[in-house]
Amino acid sequence: MSENKFLAGLKQQFGEKITGGNLDALDPWVEVAAEAIVEVGRFLRDDPKLKFDYLNCISAVDYFHTDEKKAAKAGWEPHLEVVYHLFSMSFKHSLVMKVLLPRWQNDAEPQLPEMPSVAEVWSTADWHEREVYDLMGIRFAGHPNLRRILCPEDWVGYPLRKDYEMPLEYHGIRGR
Amino acid sequence: MATQTEETRIVEFDVRTDEMLINMGPQHPSTHGVLRLVLRTDGEIVSEVTPHIGYLHRSAEKIGENLTPRQWIPYTDRMDYLAGMNMNLGWAMTVEKLMQLELPEKARHLRVIICELGRIASHLVGMGAYGLDLGTFSPFLYAFREREKILDLFEMVCGARLTYSYLTVGGATADLPPGWIEKCEAFLTELEPIIWEYHTLLTTNSIFVKRTGGIGVMSPEMAIDYGCSGPVLRGSGVDHDLRRDGEEYYTQMYDGYAFEVIVEKEGHYPKDHTYPAVPRDAVLGDCWHRFYVRMLEVIQSIDLIRQGFDRYSTATGDYGVPVKLAQKLPKGEVYLETEAPRGQMGFYLVSDGGSIPWRARARSSCFCNLSVTPELCRGVLLADVPAVVGSLDIVMGEIDR
Repeated sequence: MSENKFLAGLKQQFGEKITGGNLDALDPWVEVAAEAIVEVGRFLRDDPKLKFDYLNCISAVDYFHTDEKKAAKAGWEPHLEVVYHLFSMSFKHSLVMKVLLPRWQNDAEPQLPEMPSVAEVWSTADWHEREVYDLMGIRFAGHPNLRRILCPEDWVGYPLRKDYEMPLEYHGIRGR
Repeated sequence: MATQTEETRIVEFDVRTDEMLINMGPQHPSTHGVLRLVLRTDGEIVSEVTPHIGYLHRSAEKIGENLTPRQWIPYTDRMDYLAGMNMNLGWAMTVEKLMQLELPEKARHLRVIICELGRIASHLVGMGAYGLDLGTFSPFLYAFREREKILDLFEMVCGARLTYSYLTVGGATADLPPGWIEKCEAFLTELEPIIWEYHTLLTTNSIFVKRTGGIGVMSPEMAIDYGCSGPVLRGSGVDHDLRRDGEEYYTQMYDGYAFEVIVEKEGHYPKDHTYPAVPRDAVLGDCWHRFYVRMLEVIQSIDLIRQGFDRYSTATGDYGVPVKLAQKLPKGEVYLETEAPRGQMGFYLVSDGGSIPWRARARSSCFCNLSVTPELCRGVLLADVPAVVGSLDIVMGEIDR
């Protein structure tokens, strides 16, 4: 399977839902539109030539500079990136999927961005999505049990966001 | 629940049992650290298990965004604190992959020796602690007796006994001290027959087999679906070991080493060593098989270390290449998984071109392994819950990070 052929084939099948990709990177990646993630994920898992049946990890990255001078030089607009690392047990190959999301839904600050959950495709996603929700503040629609997992349930804020500020006090415990 | 029988010897009884919520942990001795399980029980039968984690959350990933990769090495020690060496390796290799660093031969073999020794130490604790979970104390003492000697060896190379920070970006912090290989060799010779002692203590012990055989059976499909890895995955019969099947950047470390993946294939385990027979009560994918895979991996690691000695003593080059503490990283992102004792430990590193990573993410193997417990514990007896959780061999430091 030639790698560029793979990307072309994927684009042919899903059209505009595949928004980009780079198969020459250290870890080849494709960029998928948020609303198509379940559809693409299921295809990658079930296609007999791909069989990405193992989800290694879901990570989220916050692209945001608190410093305005650095933000002007960064070369990207502030956004969140959800990264899926896939692996195939049968063919021992791997692929990275990326989904780009706004930092806040409709740019209205306390409203969390939302995307579909892939927990029904890979069960690994269940806990990993909870962790992403907990630490990065991304809602996963259709997730069976979207609660905080590492932080206490009444924790305020999303610690891995770049503009997160440590609370000064939590239940009488002094922070900072 | 009513039981009706025509046999007169059994008294007919009608006992109504209510559902009860039982809180297990976070300070329960058999939950390996601070894991809290909420069990919904009906009499002795557990109908639902809800794990609550996060009691040991130390924001390691956030700290990683504020330190250079070499400065973060000590934090990786404290994730899986029973296999610090293997955690150091995972992060060091991820950074090296981003920098596309070529390591000298000597550093490569040194890493194999140290990591396999770490694997033995970790599996010994896994074995001893599992005995504790099931109510026997002595295997724990036996296991710690041997682990202590490995810690002595580690103390010789880096001065620390738990949080080593020995393997680092670019190789290791120091070479193996003179005379170390002879000491290690003597230890391995001593350890090999002792493994058989462990087999008689636990592996083939009929009480142990009764407690673990056929309990918590996990199908290979389920193990893959939940992202299980390491002995938990191989105990279900999935032939996958990153040392053989991983990324080339990692597997080249084991280039030229002869070893077979410890997994049951066509009804038997690899035949390069003699092992105790699989008892009749054990089913592939149950607690016993997960434990057994760990025990066989100890023997395999002994073999790998011996192979490493020959190669290390004849290898050319130095024990590492110097990397500055605040070395600038190339722009880009990498993900690398390595085979740690408890499964696949992955690190994801995003760099914006500075010396401090933009994002440092740790994918914990135990985190995925633990997420199967609600499935495995559905419908088991209350007393079997520690047996199932213990067989996953979790370390909370790695789950909560």
